[in-house]
Amino acid sequence: MLFPALFFYLFAGVCISAAIMVIAARNPVHSVLFLILAFVNAAALFILLGAEFLAMILIIVYVGAVLVLFLFVVMMLDVDFAELRQGFLQYLPIGAFLGAILLIELVLVLVGWTIGPNAQQMVAAPIPPAASALNAQALGHVLYTRYVYFFQAAGVVLLVAMVGAIVLTLRHKPHVKRQNIAEQIARTKANAIEIVKVRPGQGL
Amino acid sequence: MTIGLGHYLTVGAILFTIGIFGIFLNRKNVIIILMSIELILLAVNVNLVAFSAFLGDLVGQVYALLVLTVAAAEAAIGLAILVAYYRNRGSIAVEDINLMKG
Repeated sequence: MLFPALFFYLFAGVCISAAIMVIAARNPVHSVLFLILAFVNAAALFILLGAEFLAMILIIVYVGAVLVLFLFVVMMLDVDFAELRQGFLQYLPIGAFLGAILLIELVLVLVGWTIGPNAQQMVAAPIPPAASALNAQALGHVLYTRYVYFFQAAGVVLLVAMVGAIVLTLRHKPHVKRQNIAEQIARTKANAIEIVKVRPGQGL
Repeated sequence: MTIGLGHYLTVGAILFTIGIFGIFLNRKNVIIILMSIELILLAVNVNLVAFSAFLGDLVGQVYALLVLTVAAAEAAIGLAILVAYYRNRGSIAVEDINLMKG
């Protein structure tokens, strides 16, 4: 009984401190690395909650793809990040003020809130007991049947994002020679060969 | 000393607040703002999964999966826009982004 609580406080504490370091670190590369730490600890929290599939997705998709993309972009752009940090303390008071208001509001919501009495009857897809199906199996049974349109919509979102990212970043440099297949195929004997009659003794 | 729904919701609320705070604190750096948005989406996911686990309903996890998809797409598009903008202007300072006078 003690160990789950202990692990919860460990993972939650590391996750929140890493999140604070994300916004406070001087170097953006350090920010990305702290964000990775925060996501890994959030994945551990998901495992404590019994959502193993989402935890693995979080590590594979987020840490493996998105945050590495962040790291690439941070290292690729040659920006003076010290200059961007100027005015950091100027925005601190208003940021702290708004953050405190937001946190107080959220805490008030948390304190004065209970689960409705008929919430248990409104469960749409009950989680099967752990002995009968793993989390990934149970999620698949729900995701591929009742929510298959949502699943396909997610696929379309990813496809559009991929096409958009390629369109935004692809560029053709003007001085690079490329193969133009249409031009090659359209070439005929008539416009490729020129027959020149050379008279003897005159040359061209 | 049992961990209830309230504990996870508190973690989500703190992460959300840190994300909002980060947007205000790093107003000049677009990359940190994008990372703060990722933190906010992570807080949303923590909330969804916590409710899903404590109410015994799998739909919360399905929804968290969709939020993850949209967050990944958003990060890819945002970083692509950032790279394209840097190529054109040679800077990513937020206060320079005023071409449209919005």
